Amino acid sequence: MSPILDINNLYKSYGTTEILKDINVSIEPGDFLVLVGPSGCGKSTLLNCIAGLEPITGGSINIGGKDMTHVSPKDRDIAMVFQSYALYPTMTVAKNITFGMKVRGVDQATQDKKLAQVAAQLQIEPLLNRRPGQLSGGQRQRVAMGRALVRDPKLFLFDEPLSNLDAKLRVEMRTEIKALHQNLGASMVYVTHDQIEAMTLATKIVVMKGGVIQQIGSPAEIYNRPANLFVADFMGSPAMNLIPAKAHRAEEGTRIEITRKSGEPIVLTDTRNRDLPEDVILGVRPEDIADPDLRGADTTQAAECLIDIVEPAGADTFAVMQLGGKHVTARLHAETTAKPGQPKRLSFDLGKVSYFAPETGLRLN
Amino acid sequence: MTDISMTSQQRQSQTGKIVLRWLLYIALGLFALFYLLPLFVMITTSLKSLDEIRTGDLIALPRDVTFDAWRTAWSGACTGIQCEGVRPYFWNSILIAIPAVAISTLLGAMNGYVVAQWKFRGANIIFSLMLFGCFIPFQVVLLPMARTLGIMGIAGTIPGLIFVHVIYGLGFTTLFFRNYYVSIPAELTKAAKVDGAGFFRIFWSIFLPLSLPIVVVTVIWQFTQIWNDFLFGVSFSQAGTQPVTVALNNIVNSTTGVKEYNVDMAAAIIAALPTLFVYVVAGKYFIRGLTAGSVKG
Repeated sequence: MSPILDINNLYKSYGTTEILKDINVSIEPGDFLVLVGPSGCGKSTLLNCIAGLEPITGGSINIGGKDMTHVSPKDRDIAMVFQSYALYPTMTVAKNITFGMKVRGVDQATQDKKLAQVAAQLQIEPLLNRRPGQLSGGQRQRVAMGRALVRDPKLFLFDEPLSNLDAKLRVEMRTEIKALHQNLGASMVYVTHDQIEAMTLATKIVVMKGGVIQQIGSPAEIYNRPANLFVADFMGSPAMNLIPAKAHRAEEGTRIEITRKSGEPIVLTDTRNRDLPEDVILGVRPEDIADPDLRGADTTQAAECLIDIVEPAGADTFAVMQLGGKHVTARLHAETTAKPGQPKRLSFDLGKVSYFAPETGLRLN
Repeated sequence: MTDISMTSQQRQSQTGKIVLRWLLYIALGLFALFYLLPLFVMITTSLKSLDEIRTGDLIALPRDVTFDAWRTAWSGACTGIQCEGVRPYFWNSILIAIPAVAISTLLGAMNGYVVAQWKFRGANIIFSLMLFGCFIPFQVVLLPMARTLGIMGIAGTIPGLIFVHVIYGLGFTTLFFRNYYVSIPAELTKAAKVDGAGFFRIFWSIFLPLSLPIVVVTVIWQFTQIWNDFLFGVSFSQAGTQPVTVALNNIVNSTTGVKEYNVDMAAAIIAALPTLFVYVVAGKYFIRGLTAGSVKG
């Protein structure tokens, strides 16, 4: 299958400031692509470039196999949902949804049919005669999606559509968007700064920083094998523990030595990864530091650690300690025996561990 | 309960508050009276006969109410050699003000929409220049404008005056609409573009329907400016196309012999009525429009 969206060597600058540098992204029909990164990383600008709302400085954009680099937004066969919903304030919900069809001269019967279809799909029939000002945030969000759905485009674009909703509603709408994607099988590009949204929705994630793509991959790839320190730190909550350590070659594998404020350094032995430089940054997810009795894999090793802080979070309890001069978080069982100020034996799972070079920040294994 | 628990100190501050409040009302009332005094004198004088004005007190109520002065002012007072009252000039003013207000408001809305929502290279410079135009003293432009009107062949005509007022109103109308539209999220325009709407479609279907408060503000502002204008009216008109403000001046200044104060007052009130009327009808929208914040979509 040919890609539905194909971006090649895209550059974008305002004056002398480069906003986007050498962007190459391609997605297959039915993909859910999430652009994620901190604010100011250029993700929204990239989405606006795809939509044709911002001209680009270099490169090309293909949508549905056609070169759309210089085509105006209305002819790109796209629909877009905005962060502020951007509903037309003086029009009723029905008029909002049909505005695009009206502009394009679609006949009234077709307009009515499609409106009814979309209203049923999103369960907004009772709202059709209201104005946006009379709707709640969640209802406005639905209407904004309705306006996109009714167009039946090749590509859906979402610009942080959930960030104006409260936490509970955001989770609900997230599930709905995911269901919508599965039911329609449509291709979507979705911008967010929320890495959980990215993980839960995407079939493919693009992590961006400073206008440069840091990593492209499936959620699992991004989570388990982050390409550099930035991605490791950005994706996942609580963030991945990044601990400065020394690596020494030994008989049985690599000995990883982590210094502590008091007492002997922790020594772990990694049997899989060899040929590491001496100075490394060890990346361990909090869930890979756990209560010893719960993990039995051959990649786990136990070590005694002094717990500083215990944070119960309901399903899990997070324990914070000092290792290698950094705060390190462990995800423990809810009924853990860990107490602040007391040592506890924890097991380190090195099966999914990451190593990064301290100077370049790049992944080593 | 509060009565019982109230200490004498609290009671004292309570009476102090009431006294202060009354002092405030009295002061405000006096100021209001002082401010209304000229209007009162104008109205009473216009209803008196000349004899009564000559013999009576300036601020006394009229003994015999007569509308003769109003009749004369409307259709009989002399401006120089003609004695037709302010009536023909009143119509001139209407013929100038209505098209000039409509055109300058519409163009200002369009300009504001472009400057606020279609950022192009140099948009800010153009807007700054238009703002600059708001603050140019009009005396400076009289000669070049007279020349321009001459070249265009509309010197001394009503279309000529409409043209002048539209040009010099644009700075303010653009400013009003630009400041109003700049608070409307740019995403609205983007959404409409993706929906397939073009420049005029977005303006007409989305921005204009949102603009009632600022249209009211602009119309009041422009109408007051244009109706009350004297400088352009006296400079760029000729006999037969003069606006009411110029006619009023001629009535007051060109009488020989006895000064007919009652006619002058009646003519002045007639000349001021339309702006008063506009304020009364649309005044509440004026305040609302000036304070209107961003539009919540």
